[in-house]
Amino acid sequence: MKNGVDASAIMKKYEVVIGLEVHAQLLTDTKIFCRCSTKFGAEPNTQTCQVCIGMPGVLPVMNRKAIEYAIRTGLAMNCSIAPYSRFARKNYFYPDLPKNYQISQYELPLCEHGLVEIIIDNEVKRIGITRIHMEEDAGKNIHEGKGDHSFVDLNRTGVPLMEIVSEPDLRSPREAAEYMKKLRGILRYLGVCDGNMEQGSLRCDANISVRPFGQKEFGTRTELKNINSFKFVEKALEYEIKRQISVIEDGGKIIQETRLWDSAAGVTLSMRSKEEAHDYRYFPEPDLAPVVVGQDWIAEIKKSLPELPDEKRNRFMTQYGLPDHDAELLTVERAVADWFELAVQAGSQPKAVANWMMGDLMRMLNEDNKSIEDVTLKPDQMAGMLKMIDEGTISGKIAKTVFEAMYRTGKNAEDIVKEQGLVQISDTSEIEKAVDDILAKSPGEIERFRAGDEKLIGFFVGQVMKATKGKANPKILNDLLIKKLRV
Amino acid sequence: MKLSNDEVIHISRLSRLALSGDDTGLYATQLSSIIEYVELLNNLDTTSIEPTSHIIPLDNVMVEDIPGKSLPREDALRNAPDSNGRFYRVPKIIE
Repeated sequence: MKNGVDASAIMKKYEVVIGLEVHAQLLTDTKIFCRCSTKFGAEPNTQTCQVCIGMPGVLPVMNRKAIEYAIRTGLAMNCSIAPYSRFARKNYFYPDLPKNYQISQYELPLCEHGLVEIIIDNEVKRIGITRIHMEEDAGKNIHEGKGDHSFVDLNRTGVPLMEIVSEPDLRSPREAAEYMKKLRGILRYLGVCDGNMEQGSLRCDANISVRPFGQKEFGTRTELKNINSFKFVEKALEYEIKRQISVIEDGGKIIQETRLWDSAAGVTLSMRSKEEAHDYRYFPEPDLAPVVVGQDWIAEIKKSLPELPDEKRNRFMTQYGLPDHDAELLTVERAVADWFELAVQAGSQPKAVANWMMGDLMRMLNEDNKSIEDVTLKPDQMAGMLKMIDEGTISGKIAKTVFEAMYRTGKNAEDIVKEQGLVQISDTSEIEKAVDDILAKSPGEIERFRAGDEKLIGFFVGQVMKATKGKANPKILNDLLIKKLRV
Repeated sequence: MKLSNDEVIHISRLSRLALSGDDTGLYATQLSSIIEYVELLNNLDTTSIEPTSHIIPLDNVMVEDIPGKSLPREDALRNAPDSNGRFYRVPKIIE
């Protein structure tokens, strides 16, 4: 495929079809089939026992909380919960899998036929959930140096996982990323998974294919593995779309295969080694009793569900009059939504709080790679600052400086304004003096303004603001300038 | 059902068993006769019987999520063919 202008025209001929398989580690204290701790970051091989390292003759026993968490998730994602569900062995050899089979679910998964809503270009789009099944995690292989060995840590072996499989309903890398964010939000609202992609408690594989618009059948798909950060979800998919289209445009065929995302090189690479292994010989796990979920249990879990992101978004729209874009952004993370509501309860205008949060606050959080739980700045401190703007004590422009100082130091707006002498100048005579100074220095600009170049008002405002270190009351300043210039 | 030589080679790879070329035909014959013997079960009429995955009438055998004791690391690593005292050591895994 040629680069440049016609490349994007060629890309537009193809429809992209994506389905995601998301693995989420459950926040239980113990593993799924034994009572070893699941705590992250322990010394290697100190959280294992006869069951999870696969000694002969041991029996797995189901962790009730793991099942409960999976049902919670299923209900939150609008799935039907299977009244009868069972486990299966998935057979393959790998050094991180001491039993030589993974206990998973195959037929009869715990949850099926769900859906999750995402917002794309201000419209709600529904993404189908094919199934949510439970399984045990594998250990960790460590490849260090150039030696002839790899090293295995089995602490993670047997940590409970859910695999959440979506329908091939996603039509762009952006939709895939929005869907991942939504899923993470729901899991964190529910308290069933911490959603940390960098530490591997949330992992994502993608099935992706392209087809010319109008073609009914799906194209041949590839499976992308190793997408271990939010940033890479979009990048890996974008790369793979370009790769597939250029293969097809060059007259080639897509091979159905597993490809590994190499984040350092920014490419996907074929994993030929996996080709023969895809014969897992699933069979029902004889060592685990089936799971029967009655209506009582479902009702009990339903009652314990928190307000979920979509409900909260709709409430924010009706209760606070926020546009859907704002409401969605503020409710993806429960901690962000709580912060917003606390600031509003402290007496602020909802839309003003929303603007400051989505603008300055989120920008600074992004820059520092922090989440809202990490900052000392409190919602009532923001309310205090907004009050100072409303009362005319500080200008909106100065407020940006104040807000950043609040964010960095955790101090109140009042103290910062006092310490740094940022109180807005609303004394007309003081501003008038500054205006007169500037006008005296700018006869040329005055002439051009009076000749009709009214955009120059911005120049005068800027000069006076600079002279007053941004503290001039903008309303008074504007009135004065217009009065004096329009003579 | 007759197993082909190719199927025997595929199964041996999945099972990590090293077969020499000479043995393939022998195992194909032997495995085929085992399967044919089990196939006798197909003569039974099972139309009215639910597929059975578990023979003991038990369900929901579960325990609470309360941590217990793990093995001391030296005990866990003791049965491994090779370790460095912290990790299991295995031949280099080439992805």
